[in-house]
Amino acid sequence: MTINQVQDEIIQEFALLDGDREMTVFYIMELGQKLPAIEDRDRTEENVVKGCQSKVWLTATMKNNGLYFSADSNTAITKGLVSLLIRIFTNQTPDDILHADLYFMNKIGMERFIGTQRSNGFAAMIKQMKLYALAFKTKMEIRHD
Amino acid sequence: MPNSTSILSPIDVERIRKEFPILHQQVNGRDLVYFDNAATSQKPAYVIQALTDYYQGYNANIHRGIHTLAERATKAYEATRLTAQQFINAASEQEIIFTRGVTESINLVASSYGRAFLREGDEIILSGLEHHSNIVPWQMVAAEKKAILKIIPVTDEGELDLDGYKKLLTSKTKIIAVNHASNSLGTINPVKEIIQLAHQLGAVVLIDGAQAGAHLPIDVQKMDCDFYCLSSHKMYGPTGTGILYGKKELLEKMPPYQGGGEMIKEVTFEKTTYNDLPYKFEAGTPNIADVIAFKFAMDFITELGKENIAAHEHDLLLYATQQILKLPAVKLVGTATQKVSVLSFRVEGIHHFDIGQMLDARGIAVRTGHHCTQPLMDRYGIEGTVRASFSVYNTKAEIDQLIEGLERIINFMK
Repeated sequence: MTINQVQDEIIQEFALLDGDREMTVFYIMELGQKLPAIEDRDRTEENVVKGCQSKVWLTATMKNNGLYFSADSNTAITKGLVSLLIRIFTNQTPDDILHADLYFMNKIGMERFIGTQRSNGFAAMIKQMKLYALAFKTKMEIRHD
Repeated sequence: MPNSTSILSPIDVERIRKEFPILHQQVNGRDLVYFDNAATSQKPAYVIQALTDYYQGYNANIHRGIHTLAERATKAYEATRLTAQQFINAASEQEIIFTRGVTESINLVASSYGRAFLREGDEIILSGLEHHSNIVPWQMVAAEKKAILKIIPVTDEGELDLDGYKKLLTSKTKIIAVNHASNSLGTINPVKEIIQLAHQLGAVVLIDGAQAGAHLPIDVQKMDCDFYCLSSHKMYGPTGTGILYGKKELLEKMPPYQGGGEMIKEVTFEKTTYNDLPYKFEAGTPNIADVIAFKFAMDFITELGKENIAAHEHDLLLYATQQILKLPAVKLVGTATQKVSVLSFRVEGIHHFDIGQMLDARGIAVRTGHHCTQPLMDRYGIEGTVRASFSVYNTKAEIDQLIEGLERIINFMK
């Protein structure tokens, strides 16, 4: 699936919640609960995303030109939010991640239900994921040279 | 305006709620439950009206104008000073200085009194219950004057350890700054005893009254504090204004905090003589509208009767405490015997941010985090709490909604 196909799928799922704030929050937390646990060795200070009010650990690996992220958070809602990003970016190429336009955030009204502070944190997670993509892209290019 | 009520007459919450327009709205599809009163209280309609009346009817700069509007504005502004004097029972109106609020009041004292009278090696005593506003200004002046900060320890229940305090007092002690009531835990501190002990050594005491203004009777003369600070916005009044009370003899010997208009008597390029109290400390055009409206907020409290308000809030606190302790995994943070209406708690296994967000989804406003008291959170080895704080317009039915919301969250997270 492409990044946009996954985004469209998420938009459809959130539409079913019909704007109910409580259902939305519960749904996001449920998504977080399903996120595979991060390896203990990756739960380091280095992997903490800067700019999040909650603590978020994020790391990435590359297999066959596709990126694979794993993450965890000390708050359930943030874990759910990062799981959405992981779902979108899993097995996508660094280039696709770098150029991704994450329109799903507006479509599902994310800022409305997570508030400004968490929105800033969410932006920090996206930035960190794009930084990973850039790092892997650079690594690939060096290898090709 | 509510009618005058006698001592300990029950609060008619439904009637009071009608005075607060903001309470009558839905948030996220449900009736708003506002339990963030320790952060800021809501405003009755006639406080809001006072702001509009000023801007629409008599907006003018105060004190120096000779025209009619300036006269009206000056009278209204000074009427608040008189009300404030009576509200805290200060000996004179000259002891009431308008500031932006408690934070500025503390900064004023730390900067003016602290810089003028602290010497190297002098000691400032704070408590482990303090808001950052009552820590950082002292750290700044202590660093500049090479003074030493000492901290009154806090017990597991969230009370100040008075024996610990006594051990900190020395001949070097110059300033003690503590809150009247803790914003994070609600603990009401034994300020009178703290002040008496400090005065035996000739130290001055500043009381941060941010959490007391709307909840506890305040009599600065009986308390014998040297400085007392209040914020209007936590007392049903507008944001951006507050009071510094200081004993006249102290204020008189303190240098001005800021320079500018209003605080001067005469200015030449060679020399400036300062105005008399309280104007010496009110440089520039003050926050006229908000100061004027602040009077109406204090009147609201006085007319309801602080004892009546305190009794109602205490009732809510007791009920909330009983109900919340029935929930599994809930731990109270701060179980002092004397508390204002602050309920700080944690739920095992659920982060306070998640709880705050989920309660918000049900229209319930609480505060989550460290509440600007990081050293206190460190004392308990926690990152933060969920804090529900109650006001005169809150009801037991609203507490039931909080409990119901928490129950759903706890069940969901199981």
